[in-house]
Amino acid sequence: MAAQETSQSATFRHAFGNVLSFTVLLLIGVMAFSIRLFSVIKYESVIHEFDPYFNYRVTQFLTKSGVYDFWNWFDDRTWYPLGRVIGGTVYPGLTLTAGTLWRILNSINIPLSVETVCVFTAPVFSAFASWATYLLTKEIKGAGAGLTAAALLAMVPSYISRSVAGSYDNEAVAIFALIFTFYLYIKTLNTGSLFYATLNAIAYFYMVCSWGGYTFIINLIPMHVLLCIVTGRYSPRLYIAYAPLVVLGTLLAALVPVVGFNAVMTSEHFASFLVFIIIHVVALVYYIKGILTPQMFKVAVTLVVSVGMVLCVAVLAVLIALVASSPTKGWSGRSLSLLDPTYASKYIPIIASVSEHQPPTWPSYFMDINVLAFLVPAGIIACFLPLSDASSFAVLYIVTSVYFSGVMVRLMLVLAPAACIMSGIALSEAFDVLTRSIKFHLVGTTQNPQDNARDATKVNQNDVKSEKSEDTVKERPSRKSKKKDKENIEKPSLVSRVEKRLLVLPLETSVMAVFLLVLLGAFYVVHCVWAAAEAYSAPSIVLTSRSHDGLHVFDDFREAYAWLSHNTEVDDKVSKSKRSDSFALKTPTDVSGISFIASTHYPLILFEVLNLAVLGLVQRNKLIGLLAAAILVQVASWWDYGYQTTAMANRTVIVDNNTWNNTHIATVGTAMSSPEKAAWDIFNSLDVKYVLVVFGGLVGYPSDDINKFLWMVRIGGGVFPHIKEPDYLRDGQYRIDSQATPTMLNSLMYKLSYFRFVETDGRGYDRVRNTEIGKKHFKLTHFEEVFTTHHWMVRIYKLKSPKNRIRGKTKRSKSKSGTSTSSKRSTRKKNPWQ
Amino acid sequence: MAAPKFAFLLLNLISILPLLVSSFSVDRPTDRRILVLLDDLSLKSSHSLFFSSLKSRGFDLDFKLADDPAIAVKRYGQYMYDGLILLSPSTERFGGSLDVEGVLDFVDSGHDLIVAADANASDLIRNIAAECGVDFDEDPSAVVVDHSSYAVSETEGDHTLIAADDFIQSDVILGNKKIEAPVLFKGIGHSLNPANSMVLKALSASPSSYSTNPSSKLSSQPPSLYGTAISLVSVVQARNAARIMISGSLDMFSNRLFRAGVQKSGSLNKYEKSGNEQFITELSKWIFHERGHLKAVNLRHNKVGESEEPSMYRINDDLEFSVEIFEWSGSSWVPHVSKDVQVQFYMMSPYVLKTLSTNGKGLYHTSFKVPDVYGVFQFKVEYQKLGYTSLSLSKQIPVRPFKHNEYERFITTAFPYYGASFSMMAGFFIFSGVYLYNK
Repeated sequence: MAAQETSQSATFRHAFGNVLSFTVLLLIGVMAFSIRLFSVIKYESVIHEFDPYFNYRVTQFLTKSGVYDFWNWFDDRTWYPLGRVIGGTVYPGLTLTAGTLWRILNSINIPLSVETVCVFTAPVFSAFASWATYLLTKEIKGAGAGLTAAALLAMVPSYISRSVAGSYDNEAVAIFALIFTFYLYIKTLNTGSLFYATLNAIAYFYMVCSWGGYTFIINLIPMHVLLCIVTGRYSPRLYIAYAPLVVLGTLLAALVPVVGFNAVMTSEHFASFLVFIIIHVVALVYYIKGILTPQMFKVAVTLVVSVGMVLCVAVLAVLIALVASSPTKGWSGRSLSLLDPTYASKYIPIIASVSEHQPPTWPSYFMDINVLAFLVPAGIIACFLPLSDASSFAVLYIVTSVYFSGVMVRLMLVLAPAACIMSGIALSEAFDVLTRSIKFHLVGTTQNPQDNARDATKVNQNDVKSEKSEDTVKERPSRKSKKKDKENIEKPSLVSRVEKRLLVLPLETSVMAVFLLVLLGAFYVVHCVWAAAEAYSAPSIVLTSRSHDGLHVFDDFREAYAWLSHNTEVDDKVSKSKRSDSFALKTPTDVSGISFIASTHYPLILFEVLNLAVLGLVQRNKLIGLLAAAILVQVASWWDYGYQTTAMANRTVIVDNNTWNNTHIATVGTAMSSPEKAAWDIFNSLDVKYVLVVFGGLVGYPSDDINKFLWMVRIGGGVFPHIKEPDYLRDGQYRIDSQATPTMLNSLMYKLSYFRFVETDGRGYDRVRNTEIGKKHFKLTHFEEVFTTHHWMVRIYKLKSPKNRIRGKTKRSKSKSGTSTSSKRSTRKKNPWQ
Repeated sequence: MAAPKFAFLLLNLISILPLLVSSFSVDRPTDRRILVLLDDLSLKSSHSLFFSSLKSRGFDLDFKLADDPAIAVKRYGQYMYDGLILLSPSTERFGGSLDVEGVLDFVDSGHDLIVAADANASDLIRNIAAECGVDFDEDPSAVVVDHSSYAVSETEGDHTLIAADDFIQSDVILGNKKIEAPVLFKGIGHSLNPANSMVLKALSASPSSYSTNPSSKLSSQPPSLYGTAISLVSVVQARNAARIMISGSLDMFSNRLFRAGVQKSGSLNKYEKSGNEQFITELSKWIFHERGHLKAVNLRHNKVGESEEPSMYRINDDLEFSVEIFEWSGSSWVPHVSKDVQVQFYMMSPYVLKTLSTNGKGLYHTSFKVPDVYGVFQFKVEYQKLGYTSLSLSKQIPVRPFKHNEYERFITTAFPYYGASFSMMAGFFIFSGVYLYNK
């Protein structure tokens, strides 16, 4: 009778738990979505940063022209004059996702603009990602851990940085795809179902479509498989989880144009094939072991091993020879710099120049994952009690992602889900133990666990987190199924029982610990909300700064792009030195204490400010992009502005943020590093009409082109050896003051940045470098300033057309008519050129 | 709002147009006014042959004294003349608003200029010449002296009247008819910067000439200018096709030297009439664009077999290209016939360079295959020939790669692979059937 009652109430509680979990998940989704809306509320619904502008433009094209035209799109607006085959060089996942969303919404008569859909894609997918985290963690450690992990992931700053509304980048959907693929892998591993294995391959396909980070999956899963085999955990379930993934996954991956044959040709994928072979060998061995007697088996083993060794050596030799014959040893530069962090800075300046490819600093860990950093070790320990296939995967995931995040800041994003899962497990386990202790004390040892639980519901007063701990507690009694399958979201019962007996903490300690943990969680929430609201929501296209006299908004980028789109199509001959009236020689706002909260690289910027002297400073925004109007009106700027310029000003650019052609970027870098005349020749040969530079010296915006200039020199020098970095450094120091080298002071970048700068305050004080500039009064011979934005952050120059006449050698004699104008003319013409 | 504004503007333009005279334009090549600035109004009669030849060719000459305070070439931002002749070597300062900058701006906006200097030329004239790339001898009293190719005259002079016959070798500049008689020249010499490709010696001095002050004794130092480095008359064609003629002699335009007979010393040929008239007239025809001015129109390209101009080509397309080139003859546009016009299919460097064939009626055409490279290409015609205005046309055209469905679908050499795939599929199907149902 009593037993029946308990079972009834257990069913009831079970159902109640499900409903509760569902509600909590829903709320987590809502939170994940809404925490990312700060950018829309504080600024406006606008696409952020650089790459998202490109994605947005591609999406526009997709929605206008359809999938096939998108696939075959040859874009003649970027990378002039090379053009870019967009369809074959982008990961189409994000674009297709947003395009499909837009189409669906339109077909059900919700007429949203493409831009709106793009802006909100990332928040929507972060909700999906938190649900996927729930599923994954549930597979690993049960529903309680799952809910905690989902809640943590919904607001982890690292992920927010890449998925605020408007941050329309690959990572936005890729993180969801990553977690979901892992979930399906673990699900297959736990169930051994071929159905999930197929789903897994499809999820992997989606990931391949979305982000180059798919190589992480295709290396991590083989590593885990290998780990399982080595630790003697081989099972048919493992085989089912892995073999279909490799076969189907590789076939599907090869369908993505940008991957294509890379899926079988590059070293990044070799590990998976190697493990594929190994798992077959192991499967065969297990099979043979099953049908042979032990003695026969031993004989067979010696035979096979000796023959196999020979074969292996031969195959290995061929492989090594093949790989060694390719110049990069089969690895792409980016992947190589993962394994050897110094690789890129040594050999590929164009990769090293991107700030998100730099190793992170310690503060950035605290900024990006906050308290999770402290909970992770506890989570790892929890994963070992006991170690299952699934939890060993979680451990492997965290370990590898910690390593990768240490190599590249950008991969912090991959670490974040792992950290959330681990912390979720840790928190959930901790609450589990603590609340049990409390119950134990309150109810007394005599009562059985079910009663414990029931009373605990009343007793337990802890707010947010307690709900989760509660329902883990509630569900424990109805446990018992060795494999964790179905919705029986289980703590390993064996351990919990052991713990139950061993780990009964004193009441006060437990209460205190619960309180402290809740406090910790609360701090995490506070930090996350702050990060979402302040640090990561600024669309770097609009900058703000706070000083004692209020908030300043810097909208210079859009001002410049608008100028370009309105003014550059005009026939060139007409616009004869059309000097804009909005030159505004405004005294700069007091910059002391201005900290720019720009883009998603908040900590990096702080870091940059600190390291200006050392020249750490590379933000993503770097090179020169050149644009063109209908009739060959190109604009040059460093590559990071390329995407925005094409998208916002609709002009052809010479280089943009995509780094597929090093030489082309190097050409622009060389032009910027050269003296005026040489630069003019280079630009003219590229049909450039306008040159755009970003200059922060007036308002103290640190990620301007002068700070990126050394990278231009390096990238340029990598291809054109006459550009030498030491020429730009005085005793190894990068400086623009009077100590700077003549090469530096005569470079185009210096001249374009500081032209007329001295007119602002009379002495040319650069607020980024905190120094007076070296060369203050100079004239431009081959370029003319056509537009400078309000805060001088973007300056646009036009290439002067070649001179109509060539002067003779005779000095202009100062006759009576030699007025000041004529003397000016003669000095300007001192340096005649063809 | 915009429409009425535009209409108003148009109205203005229409009303102004007949009053305006602008530079030589492809649309309205006739109807030209020239301002002639003189030191002295007596030049009007002493150089009347030169002026009347211009008038007879339809030019409208406006004579003014160089220091006339009413001189203005520009009114309301529009030039009132499209040619300027400066026969005022000694003027230190123009009257009115005109100054060196004014003259140079006049040229830079596409108008033509003839400058005549003379011994003791003023700084003003020297500066104008220097800005155009011509450096007169800095010694103000120096003139060109030649003791071996002077013009023979009754009295043994100081050999400053030179008989020069070293003309520029260009039919375009000096006309088809060869100038037989030497040109009489009396004035100062100038030098050109050899690196300057825009200025040309129309008339060079002989190797034995030098530039010095004839009244002073020869010093031991060699003269600063001597030999063929001395240019007597130079022409400049600026990048905007404005043409400039600079002469070191005012006298060579005069009726006296136009009519004078000439015998070069050491030569037995005696000519009844000097080459001056022919030389100056032909040169002025070139200066005022009556010869050597080209225009290119109707740049077209299309795929072979089509007539529409595509917005984009695919790699390996066959295309046809054509352009029409005409030359201004002084009264009408006539077809320009030449065998050396080339077109480039250009992306950072020319991928295709083809000589165009012509039908003799101005149409130049060719056809070629688009290279196997995608990108944004340009059709470029760069035609730069001595004496002609330079033609520099470019038209941008993107070239795309194959679409995914434009590749060859079934390749013969791949049949074994197709066979392998399908036999594998069939084999697997049969195997599954046998395995599942054969127990």
